[in-house]
Amino acid sequence: MADAAARRAVAELPLLRAPAGPRDREGWAERLREEYRALIQYVENNKRADTDWFRLESNPEGTRWSGRCWYIHELLRYEFNIEFEIPVTYPGTAPEIAIPELDGKTAKMYRGGKICLSDHFKPLWARNVPKFGLAHLMALGLGPWLAVEIPDLISKGLIQHKDK
Amino acid sequence: MADPGRLERLERRVRELEEELAREKRGRAAARARIDTMSAEVTDSNPYSRLMALKRMGIVKDYEKIRTFTVAVVGVGGVGSVTAEMLTRCGIGKLLLFDYDKVELANMNRLFFQPHQAGLSKVQAAEHTLRDINPDVQFEVHNYNITTLDNFEHFMDRISNGALEEGKPVDLVLSCVDNFEARMAINTACNELGQIWMESGVSENAVSGHIQLIIPGESACFACAPPLVVAANIDEKTLKREGVCAASLPTTMGVVAGMLVQNVLKYLLNFGTVSYYLGYNAMQDFFPTMSMKPNPQCSDHNCRKQQENYKKKEAARPKEEVIEKEEEIVHEDNDWGIELVSEISEDELKAASGPVPELPEGISVAYTIPDKEENSITGETVAESEESLEELMAKMRNM
Ligand SMILES: [Zn+2]
Repeated sequence: MADAAARRAVAELPLLRAPAGPRDREGWAERLREEYRALIQYVENNKRADTDWFRLESNPEGTRWSGRCWYIHELLRYEFNIEFEIPVTYPGTAPEIAIPELDGKTAKMYRGGKICLSDHFKPLWARNVPKFGLAHLMALGLGPWLAVEIPDLISKGLIQHKDK
Repeated sequence: MADPGRLERLERRVRELEEELAREKRGRAAARARIDTMSAEVTDSNPYSRLMALKRMGIVKDYEKIRTFTVAVVGVGGVGSVTAEMLTRCGIGKLLLFDYDKVELANMNRLFFQPHQAGLSKVQAAEHTLRDINPDVQFEVHNYNITTLDNFEHFMDRISNGALEEGKPVDLVLSCVDNFEARMAINTACNELGQIWMESGVSENAVSGHIQLIIPGESACFACAPPLVVAANIDEKTLKREGVCAASLPTTMGVVAGMLVQNVLKYLLNFGTVSYYLGYNAMQDFFPTMSMKPNPQCSDHNCRKQQENYKKKEAARPKEEVIEKEEEIVHEDNDWGIELVSEISEDELKAASGPVPELPEGISVAYTIPDKEENSITGETVAESEESLEELMAKMRNM
C-alpha cells in the first residue's frame, strides 16, 4: 500500500471535477486544464518539501504523456523515462504507466514495461472517480512502485548508476 | 497518412507473400482447398462430418448456419487464441482479431502459438495458423490497442460494419483481454452500439476464471457492478503476491476458452441453455452460475439508455409464460461517505463501504464503490484559473 509519505502527498493534492475523458472534446479540454493544474501543484509541493521526483508533459491533445522520474538511492540519482496513453475510458480507469527501459528486468511489470500496481490501487481509484487524476496516479501508483522496485533492482545489479 | 488504404493493401500483400514463403519452406502445397457447402458425408477428407453429425443427432437444428456468423475476438492471448482456433475449426463464417501484442517466448506456457512465431504480431501469427487449419473462414486482423482514442473509433467502426456482409454489425464480440482498461473499453463500445458480447477472464493467480454474456440493457454490463471474482478459497495470508504480477496456466485458460466457445455456439446455433455468468473455481472444481440484471444507476450512461430501450421493448411485447429467475442487484444503504485517502487502512479497504450485489456462493466483488449520491466531493478541488491549456503546458515544461 501507499506508504505514509504517499498518503500525505495525496492529501495535499487538489481533487479534480470534470468527469470527462478524451472522447468528450469539450469536457476533456476542461479536464486537461485541471490535470495540468493538479500536476503543477504536485510538483510545486514536492519542490517545497525537497522531494521533487518527476516531470510529465503531453501532446497538445493531452492523450499521450511522457516524462521522466528519478529515485535517490544511497545518495545516487537513478532516472527513468516514463510514458503512457490516456485510455478512452479515463477517468473511469487509470492509465497504465510504462517504464520501457525496465521491461524484462522485473516480474512486477506487464508486457511493454507497464508497471503492475498493488491490489489496493484499483479499488482506491474506482472509489474516487472522477476526483483522482494523473497527479494521484503518480503519487499512489508510480511513486510507491519505484520505492519498492528500484532498491530491489539495484541490489540485484539489474540497474546500474550511469556514472558507474 | 495520405492514403491509409494503400498501407493496408501493402500489408496484406506482405502477409500473402510471407504465407507463400512459409508454404515453400515447408516444402508442401499445404492447405486444403476451400469447401463451398458443408457436407454431412462421413469421409476422411470432410472436416465437417463430425460437426454436421450434431444435426443428425438432433442437438443442433441447422449447423451450417455457423458459416453465416461473424465473431470479433478482442485479445489473442492465452484465452483468445484458443477461442479463435475453436471457432475456426467449427467453421465460423468470419473472424475479426484485435491485439497489439507480439508473440514472445514467455507465452509458451500457453496453448496455440509456437516458438518459431516469436516476434510476429499475435494477430498475424494467428491468422497464418488459422487460415491453414480452415481456409473457409474469412479473417480480418487489427494489430492495435483498442483503448486509445483513434484505435477505439476504428474498433467501433469495425464492430458496426465488419460482418461477412460489409456494413452489417458482427454477431458477437468476445472479450479475451487481460486487463480492466480494455474490458471497460469493450463495454463502453458495446453499450454505445447495443452490441451483444461475452466477457471472459482468468484470475491473476491462474486458479479461477469466468465467462459472462452481456446483452446491453437486458443483463448487467461490465460497469454495472464492481468486478466480480470467483472465489478460489485461498487463504489471503498464504497467497504471496510479492515479486510477481500474474501467474498463468494453460489448463485454466483452455477451460475458460472452452466454456466461452461452448456458450458462443449455444447462443449462435440456438441449442441448450446459454449461460449469463459461469464461473470456474479450479481449486475445488466448482462452477457457480447466475444472471444479473443491469444496475439502474450504472456509471455508463449508454447502459442506462439501453435499459430504457429494453424496458420499452419488453412492455410492447406480448407476455410469455416463461418466468426467468434472476438475481437482482440490491442497493443497500450506505452510510459511509467518500474514502479519505489519508485515512485508509488495509482493513477499511476490504470492508464493504458500498452496495454489494446479491451474489450466489462462490462469486463475490473485488471491491465496492460508495453510492454516487453520497459520494460528494470532500477536500479541496483544483482552483479555478483563467490560464489556457497552452499556458499551463508551458508552465509545467519550465518547472
Ligand atoms: Zn451497466
